[in-house]
Amino acid sequence: MSKKAENKEGFFRSLLRQQIFIPLAALLILAVFNLIMDPGFFRINLGPNSAGNMVLSGYLITILDYGSELAILAIGMTLVTAASGGQDISVGAAMAIAGSVVLRVLCGTNSRPDTLQAPIIVAFLISCVAAMLFGAFNGILVAYFKIQPMVATLILFTAGRSIAAWINNNELPIISDPVFGYFGNFIPGIPVPTPFFIAVACMIVIFLVLKFTNLGLYTQAVGINADSSRLNGLNPAFIKFITFVILGLCVAVAGFIKVSRLSSINYSVIAKDIEMDAILAVALGGNALGGGKFNMPASILGAYVIQFLTTTLYKFNVQSDALPAYKAVVVIILVVLSAPSVREYLGRIGKKYAGTRKEAA
Amino acid sequence: MKEKSILEMRNITKTFPGVKALQGVDFTLCAGEIHALMGENGAGKSTLIKVLTGVYGKDGGEIYLKGIDGAVTIRSPQEAQKLGISTVYQEITLCPNLSVAENMYIGRGEGQLQNWKKMNRDADQILRSLDVPAQATQQLGSCSLAVQQMVAIARAVDMDCKVLILDEPTSSLDEQEVAKLFGLMRDLKARGVGIIFVTHFLDQVYEVCDKITVLRDGQLVGEYEIKDLPRVKLVSKMLGKELDDMSDIRSEEKEYEVKEGEVPVYEAEGLQSNSGIRPFNFYIKKGEVNGFTGLLGSGRSECVRAIFGADHVVSGSVKMKGKPVKITKPIDAMKNGIAYLPEDRKRDGIIGDLSVRDNIILALQVLKGFFKPFTRAEANKFADEYIKLLEIKTASADTPIKSLSGGNQQKVILARWLLTHPEYLILDEPTRGIDVGTKVDIQKLVLKLASEGMSVTFISSETDEMLRTCSRLVVMRDGKMVGELTGDQLTQSGIMNAIAGGEADE
Repeated sequence: MSKKAENKEGFFRSLLRQQIFIPLAALLILAVFNLIMDPGFFRINLGPNSAGNMVLSGYLITILDYGSELAILAIGMTLVTAASGGQDISVGAAMAIAGSVVLRVLCGTNSRPDTLQAPIIVAFLISCVAAMLFGAFNGILVAYFKIQPMVATLILFTAGRSIAAWINNNELPIISDPVFGYFGNFIPGIPVPTPFFIAVACMIVIFLVLKFTNLGLYTQAVGINADSSRLNGLNPAFIKFITFVILGLCVAVAGFIKVSRLSSINYSVIAKDIEMDAILAVALGGNALGGGKFNMPASILGAYVIQFLTTTLYKFNVQSDALPAYKAVVVIILVVLSAPSVREYLGRIGKKYAGTRKEAA
Repeated sequence: MKEKSILEMRNITKTFPGVKALQGVDFTLCAGEIHALMGENGAGKSTLIKVLTGVYGKDGGEIYLKGIDGAVTIRSPQEAQKLGISTVYQEITLCPNLSVAENMYIGRGEGQLQNWKKMNRDADQILRSLDVPAQATQQLGSCSLAVQQMVAIARAVDMDCKVLILDEPTSSLDEQEVAKLFGLMRDLKARGVGIIFVTHFLDQVYEVCDKITVLRDGQLVGEYEIKDLPRVKLVSKMLGKELDDMSDIRSEEKEYEVKEGEVPVYEAEGLQSNSGIRPFNFYIKKGEVNGFTGLLGSGRSECVRAIFGADHVVSGSVKMKGKPVKITKPIDAMKNGIAYLPEDRKRDGIIGDLSVRDNIILALQVLKGFFKPFTRAEANKFADEYIKLLEIKTASADTPIKSLSGGNQQKVILARWLLTHPEYLILDEPTRGIDVGTKVDIQKLVLKLASEGMSVTFISSETDEMLRTCSRLVVMRDGKMVGELTGDQLTQSGIMNAIAGGEADE
């Protein structure tokens, strides 16, 4: 996207046309709003937390911390959206499953063990396999049985939390080993929350994957024109399938962070409604929810913007029950603004404006 | 208006951006007549129909209907229906999960749907009177396609239609079903309905029609009584070449060395796909340019799709350079050095939102493998090279392909396949919708590639184009390979006779 010689107006125009402009603009609006209402929003403190570590705290740190799961999910959701032209609404439930698997492996038969029954890495890897299997289940329904993604994933959306509870015989396991808590909180001596590092690692991985494989090209080609892709030697069904498996891996990582935060699980509450935020992140990133071209950095930025919005609302004491209503307003604005007819209209107005300015000059 | 006519269209003009779809076309339909509307793709048939049914507004001309003084304006299909003009399309546009009777009365706003019993009774009566083998209460989806067509027609008849338009109604029907449909059409004809019949099947035209109106390139060629226009004449009218127009002799540009005893690059035996074509044998030698000819719907595209594995191949054996290979999906064909430029550029060719560069490198990239993406620099080099070679007019390699003109999109797809350096290149209608200059460029390119040893299959609706490029023509008719033309047989008249079949054969 490097344009060599651009005059000022051209630069602004091309910025407007850049996809990442949408989440950037949203971020800017939120930041300005907070700056006006209470500049304290941006304050960051260094101090001891309840565990006695010196850690950073403040709203911005909260956003970076709690936006991690969302950013990780947004990576997978972006790929699924691009290839299948639909969204996976089962990610929250699947996170419950992945988290439950982690706890089950760590606890063994006892729900409150004094020592871990298996290394954490083993528990994590097993939960990855489980989450990828559930992703594969969704992928098969979508890619080979050609069921609408939202309908196909509705199955796991409905059943997922029950499966999660069933994995631990509906008990509430609690891990007492503090090391397990490091992944969702802080590592002693490091003032930045660990989930942020995990999210950055995921971003680096997906960046490398997109650079050193054709995942990006293939998913976009299949999402834009599956018939044509097939005639170019691609296997559209398999590519759709694989994006769901990748999303499964993202779900496992996000679910791992979630259970680590509490060292426990609440099947019906964990990662509740996170699927909507993840989809919203993709939309806020300016990606077409109907599939096709995508912009991964924009999606990830979108995820943090969503978290920014959530945190802002919390700060102004909006009840968590009322949050969805506020987010809905954002969704409405986004969807309306990205509708082709509205864009066309805005484009016409922009042209007119430019025209009158030229005449004046 | 004339005494007998129920519909007259005078001097109809319709222009789309850059295309004159209809230029002063006249059309007259009489009561109790089945009138075929013929022409190759892009001739203006469907535009004319859409003007008549109010889907498009016309730019000029008048439409007169019997019983109405002065010209009528038709702004929407609903208005057309009120005036007694009904259309039955190739694809069933009814609702398969509603009952037959519901389908007949839906959307007519007469409150019929409120009295189920009466509705079913009325529907049954109409169906019986037209001999349509369907029950009013039956679910429409459970009827065969032909019966569904008939229900659509019955619906039109019940709406008191005077002009019935049948747009390719037979393309998905088998012979017996077609016979039934024709029975119904004759019945309606006897009742005084005027029927406009659009089809690509010549046999059917001669079986059931009274008159033929031929369009070509948006212009009226003429209206003929069926008995005055033998098949061969009809084909020549549609293609725009007179039979005695023999001046177009094959050009001498061709020069490729065919070595003796060389095995064909590609050879198929008993190849058949699930697209309705009969099994066929086919071969092509190194450096040869051959063509598939036949009218639209004759199966020429289906043959090459089977060769490329684009349709599901059900039987047959394939050899590449004498070695047996298995080609069941496009990637198999690509790995064996076959490239295929599809007929429907928009649906099967371009990846609309992707850049020109990505569209160019796609096929080669897929061949190279998932884990070996081209670097930005490599991709740009390929793109720039072919943009220059084929003179593709694009703002940059970053431009999305969908914003290019049709001809340039086609060049991008061509570039995509040339980049894979295939041994056997299949071009299905590469020049459709492209300006004359570019057409000649593509023809020249084909001959140049062949002279360098590439085997090319070239399909075109324009016979002169085929004559200019091909040294051998395979003739297709109704899904069958019916013959092959070489050497002296490669003339306009030879092709037309072969395409038309029937009395002109041998």
